Amino acid sequence: MHPAPSVIVFTTLSGLGFGLLAFLGLGLPDVSGMTAFVFFFIGYGLAIAGLLAATFHLGNKVNAHKAFSQWRTSWLSREGVCSVAALLVMAPYAIGRIFCDANWAILGWVGALLCLGTVFTTSMIYAQLKTVPRWNMRWTPALFLTHALAGGALLAGQISAAAILLALLGAVLAISWKQGDQRFEDTGTTLGTATGLDSIGTVRQLEPPHSGKNYLLKEMAFQVGRKHSAKLRAIALALGVIVPVLCLTVLPFSHGLALVAILSHLVGIMAGRWLFFAEAKHVVSLYYQS
Amino acid sequence: MTALPEAADKKLGLVIDLDTCVGCHACVVNCKEWNTSNYGNPLSDIDAYGAEPEGTFLNRVHAFEVTPDTGGCAQTIHFPKSCLHCEDAPCVTVCPTGASYKRVEDGIVLVNENDCMGCGLCAWACPYGARELDALAGIMKKCTLCVDRIYNENLPEEDREPACVRTCPAGARHFGDLGDPSSDVSKLVAEREGMDLMPEMGTKPVNKYLPPRQKDTLLADMALTPKSEEPKGFLAWLDKALEAL
Repeated sequence: MHPAPSVIVFTTLSGLGFGLLAFLGLGLPDVSGMTAFVFFFIGYGLAIAGLLAATFHLGNKVNAHKAFSQWRTSWLSREGVCSVAALLVMAPYAIGRIFCDANWAILGWVGALLCLGTVFTTSMIYAQLKTVPRWNMRWTPALFLTHALAGGALLAGQISAAAILLALLGAVLAISWKQGDQRFEDTGTTLGTATGLDSIGTVRQLEPPHSGKNYLLKEMAFQVGRKHSAKLRAIALALGVIVPVLCLTVLPFSHGLALVAILSHLVGIMAGRWLFFAEAKHVVSLYYQS
Repeated sequence: MTALPEAADKKLGLVIDLDTCVGCHACVVNCKEWNTSNYGNPLSDIDAYGAEPEGTFLNRVHAFEVTPDTGGCAQTIHFPKSCLHCEDAPCVTVCPTGASYKRVEDGIVLVNENDCMGCGLCAWACPYGARELDALAGIMKKCTLCVDRIYNENLPEEDREPACVRTCPAGARHFGDLGDPSSDVSKLVAEREGMDLMPEMGTKPVNKYLPPRQKDTLLADMALTPKSEEPKGFLAWLDKALEAL
């Protein structure tokens, strides 16, 4: 699948933002006044920046508001509804923390739940697609949720929680890669079943249907970068998980080091998310395989 | 709502005969012509007269080669591919805006272009590559089964079928109600063992493909034996004269 920068930025930033907001909703850390403002500003900033980035890949933005209408069937619509609900519920809770020195805990809990719901609905947009076997598994929502929780804990300054969740993220990443590598083969889909000609014999492409490119090839038959898969996985694991964990556990705590941990984590998960798209093979690419 | 209908009253669709298709691309051209000049946004082209032309098409003809496992001649299969108007169409349910829908009355899968936001998720959900986002309009385009022809009373009756079917010079494309077992298309599918593409994807396509008939195997005694003999008379003299030169 084509790793569109807008979608990579969207899923990583909004995941981090909603992860942080979820921790803030649970009162972790228990902040008020200016400190609370800074935390909520970062949380809202990341979540909204991510959501705005997502609109960049729309072909016809004027109809974007209609995306809230089909929550009964569409995960993308559910994500839209859930994200707006999360931001709206968290707003009065944030105001209470920042201006009234109050902890309206129930609002915070509901907000946190909606934040995680948003991350879950985002993950289901990918996990629901049978056409992309690598994504079509339970580990996809697990991956997105541990991403958001680990990044959120890191941003919320929850040192021990962040270390544990980051280690968990490393494990879930490794399992997702391993399981994902097998998924396409497991579906049994080949050019033979795609053309129905497997009943006769071995099928190969003789000629593509057109000499130029097309939307399908650009969007779904992305090839570049798969050869660097192993290196990128190592980078994602090293920068996204190992460096931040070392910063949090082995080295003495300082704000500078926390920033290093956060930036390293961000670069690492972006590399991982790039791979999430670049490595995913859509079944339609079989029709174009020479 | 982008929920699928419980059951469509009819299952209008195409039957494509892979044995007959000659790969002339007339269906591609006529589809593009009809659908760019009638319902909805036109099917745009980019760099149409340049070095790297590309554009939106609702129907494309692939070419595959299949080599029988049992031995024998390899066959070239021309393979037209367009929307299969699936009964369990994943492209419909993923749509967040309600633009994609499947009609109850005839099962045709359509996009309401006034509602489409161009997110492209429906194209991701389709295993067959039947949907293309138009680069200029930013709106998802797909086969409409020529919904503006098949019911169009301004057209002569023989033209009330999809443009690709009407134009096919080989008679490789058939249109009809696949939900009615007594229809011509259903009989054809039964007789020729029509098949689904990627049945494992669970989409239950309405369109069916008729498999190519197996070709003969070449036997040793079927090859022609050489008929030339030693030349006589004038030809013998010519032969000698030419060799002496």
